[in-house]
Amino acid sequence: MRVFSIFKREIKAYFVSPIAYVILAIFLIIIGFFFYNMFMYFNLRSMQMAQYPYMARGMSLNEMVVRPLFQNMSVIALLVIPMLTMRLYAEEKKSGTIELLFTAPLSDVETAIGKFLAAFFMFFLMSGLTVLYPFIMSRVSTIEWGPVWSGYIGFLLMGGAFISIGLAISTLTGNQIVAALLTFGMLLFFWMIGWSSEFVSGAGGNVLSYLSLIEHFDDFAKGVCDTRDIVYYLSVIFLGLFTTVQMLESSKWRA
Amino acid sequence: MIEVKSLTKYYGPVRAVDDISFQVKKGEILGFLGPNAAGKTTTMRILTCYLKPTFGTATVCGFDVHKNSLELRRRIGYLPENVPIYPEMRVRTYLHFWAEIKGIPGKKRRGEVNRVAERCGLENVLSRPTGKLSKGFRQRVGLAQALIGDPEVLILDEPTVGLDPKQIIEVRNLIKSFSKEKTILLSTHILPEVSMTCGRVIIINEGKLTAIDTPENLDRHLRKSHRVIMEVKGACESVTHILEHVDGVQAVRPLRIRENFFSYTLDTDIGKEVRPLLAEAVIKNGFNLLEIRPLEMSLEEIFLKLTTQEAGGKGR
Ligand SMILES: Nc1ncnc2c1ncn2[C@@H]1O[C@H](COP(=O)(O)OP(=O)(O)O)[C@@H](O)[C@H]1O
Ligand SMILES: [Mg+2]
Repeated sequence: MRVFSIFKREIKAYFVSPIAYVILAIFLIIIGFFFYNMFMYFNLRSMQMAQYPYMARGMSLNEMVVRPLFQNMSVIALLVIPMLTMRLYAEEKKSGTIELLFTAPLSDVETAIGKFLAAFFMFFLMSGLTVLYPFIMSRVSTIEWGPVWSGYIGFLLMGGAFISIGLAISTLTGNQIVAALLTFGMLLFFWMIGWSSEFVSGAGGNVLSYLSLIEHFDDFAKGVCDTRDIVYYLSVIFLGLFTTVQMLESSKWRA
Repeated sequence: MIEVKSLTKYYGPVRAVDDISFQVKKGEILGFLGPNAAGKTTTMRILTCYLKPTFGTATVCGFDVHKNSLELRRRIGYLPENVPIYPEMRVRTYLHFWAEIKGIPGKKRRGEVNRVAERCGLENVLSRPTGKLSKGFRQRVGLAQALIGDPEVLILDEPTVGLDPKQIIEVRNLIKSFSKEKTILLSTHILPEVSMTCGRVIIINEGKLTAIDTPENLDRHLRKSHRVIMEVKGACESVTHILEHVDGVQAVRPLRIRENFFSYTLDTDIGKEVRPLLAEAVIKNGFNLLEIRPLEMSLEEIFLKLTTQEAGGKGR
């Protein structure tokens, strides 16, 4: 119940500030742009292929458009999610309302979950609007919806993981810009350790690749909902929430 | 209702509160008086469970800040120093939000919001955004927020700071009107405030408790004539010279009243009655003593005396 009160207030706060609309617009326009480019490229190729039918067999809309589209979306999520999470605690720290929140009879777990869900709802909304693009595709061409939905499930799980990391970082500072930049840096780091896994041999490489936030997403984009990937993202979400609560508790001892 | 035992709080190496103990009884208004950076806010933040003490304990309504923080928080209303608000929310939604958070059941929420709004004179601004309110109304919104859920204890951190004189009086009266049903701890760095609103005063300086008493007692205790005023007819230099040499006199400040008549303000040693000696010295030297009386010290001066290191109240 209290979680829901926090959730509601956060959602309203998103929509009174221009930030939500800006983020929404950026997200939709950039992804629309990617989508348009890839779809046009696909059409061009299919027209070329039409002249050589035997080559067209390997061409699939999902492989050529949907999967890269999800990859691009994940890059945009990396850029946009820090902007969603930066205010969660930083704004309350700055304005001092955190003092009222922490002295009210509700636990830190409740505020953390309420705030997490609010940012996640915004992300859900953003992602939901992009379903428009595959829908357009399906009107002019045949598309397999299975991998699209599994891609969205993966995208939401990955976004949830990003958000819970951003939430934890936003407890560290009263400056929203600092919170956003730190979150961005952190996400980028966990994104890139997947790349270095290619050069590290053996178990070390596997660990790095397992830790990488993006590595687990690719399966979803290919249309595979692997339990291991789901468990990975859920544990990152849990860890982020846990860290958030720990940081809040420790801030009471420090200052 | 509030019990504080050897409370100490460090911010890193900075000791903001140093071994403070006191109690607040049910129904009492206790004033927490101290200059800026004395540690008032820190103490209140510990009592409201916003901060944890480094050492010591505190209980409110029998609930410990460590062990029963949630139960404790149900029983206090808190007005933080800068009266934080969510500027985008309207007064009604703002109060409604806190009523939800404080666990007022759905059906009673509306009534509770109306009750506190009426109590704090907010009926006419309920649909205004909190971010657009004047400082005086913002303070009332903060007080209304603290009153939601009818807590037994109110903790108010500098409730009148930054208000104009009219608003100060209004807010003070508001606080006094709560005092019948509630236990109140309020902090201030303005002295007259405590004598006007509080039953007892704690004076705190640099994290340490300097005095705890009723405003009247503090007054009486400290007014034991540290200062004497005399009016003498005669040459200023010689009279000053004579007075300065009386045992127990620390300083003499003459002030010309009219030709050949001077008023002298004397600082004297604490706890020593020097007036007979002064009178004798003046008369023995052939001057006319027109008046001699102890100078009433204002609470401001007592406060300064208690919170400045220098003895004898010369630290002005
Ligand atoms: N969050 C903090 N971090 C570090 N030092 C602090 C913090 N808050 C207060 N202080 C220091 O602790 C001392 C007491 O501050 P405070 O309790 O705010 O005093 P007051 O409310 O009486 O003005 C001051 O020296 C202040 O600088
Ligand atoms: Mg203060």
